[in-house]
Amino acid sequence: MIPKHKAYWNKNLQYLAILLSVWFFVSFVLGILLAAPLNTIKIGGFPLGFWFAHQGSIYVFVILIFIYMRWMNRLDEEYEVDEK
Amino acid sequence: MGVQTWTFIIVGITFALYIAIAIWSRAGSTKEFYVAGGGVNPIINGMATAADWMSAASFISMAGIISFMGYDGAVYLMGWTGGYVLLALLLAPYLRKFGKFTVPDFIGDRYYSDTARTVAVICALMVSFTYVAGQMRGVGVVFSRFLEVPINQGVLIGMAIVFFYAVLGGMKGITYTQVAQYCVLIFAFMVPAIFISIQMVNNPIPQLGFGSSGEDGVYLLEKLNHLHVELGFNEYTNGNKSMIDIIAITAALMCGTAGLPHVIVRFFTVPKVRDARKSAGYALLFIAILYTTAPAIAVFARTNLITTVSEKPYAELPEWFSNWEKTGLLQYNDKNGDGLIQYYNDTNPAYATTAQSKGWNGNELVIDRDIMVLANPEIAQLPNWVIALVAAGGLAAALSTAAGLLLVISTSISHDLLKKQLMPDMTDKQELFWARIAAAVGVGIAGYFGINPPGFVAAVVALAFGLAASSFFPAIILGIFDKKMNMRGAISGMVVGILLMTFYMIKFKFGLFDGGKSAVAGLQDQWWLGISPEGFGTVAMMVNFIISMIVSRFTQDPPDEIQELVEDIRIPRGSGGAVAH
Repeated sequence: MIPKHKAYWNKNLQYLAILLSVWFFVSFVLGILLAAPLNTIKIGGFPLGFWFAHQGSIYVFVILIFIYMRWMNRLDEEYEVDEK
Repeated sequence: MGVQTWTFIIVGITFALYIAIAIWSRAGSTKEFYVAGGGVNPIINGMATAADWMSAASFISMAGIISFMGYDGAVYLMGWTGGYVLLALLLAPYLRKFGKFTVPDFIGDRYYSDTARTVAVICALMVSFTYVAGQMRGVGVVFSRFLEVPINQGVLIGMAIVFFYAVLGGMKGITYTQVAQYCVLIFAFMVPAIFISIQMVNNPIPQLGFGSSGEDGVYLLEKLNHLHVELGFNEYTNGNKSMIDIIAITAALMCGTAGLPHVIVRFFTVPKVRDARKSAGYALLFIAILYTTAPAIAVFARTNLITTVSEKPYAELPEWFSNWEKTGLLQYNDKNGDGLIQYYNDTNPAYATTAQSKGWNGNELVIDRDIMVLANPEIAQLPNWVIALVAAGGLAAALSTAAGLLLVISTSISHDLLKKQLMPDMTDKQELFWARIAAAVGVGIAGYFGINPPGFVAAVVALAFGLAASSFFPAIILGIFDKKMNMRGAISGMVVGILLMTFYMIKFKFGLFDGGKSAVAGLQDQWWLGISPEGFGTVAMMVNFIISMIVSRFTQDPPDEIQELVEDIRIPRGSGGAVAH
């Protein structure tokens, strides 16, 4: 692997670590582990933990994929590995 | 016009549309048959992927399941959408760059082994057949209720339609019909949801509506929690399952989703790696529209149901009640002979004395959770055309998924088995012929299981997710992210993962070692770590990961050309169209 490609790959892994931490946090932490304490907080009629489990995590998932898409497309150009 | 006339009209129009698209886009080569020529627009592909993924289970069953599970329903909501994030970030772009037709292709090439390829083919076939049988059954249920033909004839009609466009059009025909089916199913899902949301809380957006309050000023969720407690159920927003089980099931569904062959294969159809990323984003966006609406429908339906039937005289119930009673999916048994319907949780010991003091003699209403979405528009007294629309939507969801699965079945046989192993000298034309034969046979077998469903369909569907998670998922992830992963590591991981998962299911789901199905409930306190069979895929998957890592470090590194292949799929540049060799 030439050094440039190695650097590209490491950057890619870094992005994945950030995005997957968020992914884990909204679903497993906010939606499950902390659901009970969060349920004491109400947003409108929604107990917050319940809302994250049934709604919020899904919105975040969609946003995560689009962020990933933008980051990676930019990274491809920066390291000149984009498709012609 | 009556419901039935409307249903004939709407279902007729949508079927004509699917057939017209199929004729217009029939496949001429294996490349068109397997990956639609590899030139599908990413947004279009996202829509097709959404229809492919959202099956009769998502459309018909999921909201109903959630309405009975309350908070616990989150395992499906987060599991099936969160899996898409894994798919988009960890699999889709690399598999697209790899540029072959199927998942067994990847496993076979990456682990330079026909044994690995065969293991993958077997897994792909098992997963796909299980699913497709469920879809055909869904078609049958819709036909029997709304068009009043027997379930078996409904299945035959569904088979004929799928046969027509899957066998003729291959991936190309399927892709464009799936786009049409997505539009039909999402419209059919949203219209009644919006109607009911306006009706109940005067808010046209269901996602916000179920957190709003109705005319009485009480928040809907609070009202439902209250109704639940009054009838001896747990609060709707709290649920029943243990936390560790929720975590395990969610993780198993996430990884199982990312490992499903019929979804992965959709990312082979776009022209470039960047399109694969974009396509995954749009797919989840289109899926999320339905998945965020489902929990709203669940709450509306649950509230409506309880207030409509609880303590009401049986004789005065609306017409939908007797319509569904005829299908056997709704059953009323007046145990205390007072002519009223008592619907409550008679398995809750803390509630027993309350029930007794009211003169209740056990729960009198058994509701099949699959009818909630289909009956919902009727319960809410929506116009007939809306009810017909829901029927068409359910059919669209079932047919689109069935077609996608049939394609996996046919490519597994014609490409992975015949072309790659048994008959390598086949011409493109012969391979196409065999693909069509395999699809036709697949339709036949699926239809057979649709008409004669094995009693364990539901159990096997859960098994399919566990299998995908415990076998494919680690093999693919390690194949991309661990250059040193070798054939022995991957194969031993897959085999141990599958066997462990199968053992756990046989023991705790079928109860074969402890005296059969009847013993299953009693085994619950023996579950390892308190994890149900549905969630055990997560444990089996971790075991797979660990075994693969250990074995691979003590055996020979993969050959240089394989390590180069791995480096190559990590870099987008140079991806061509999907190629056969």
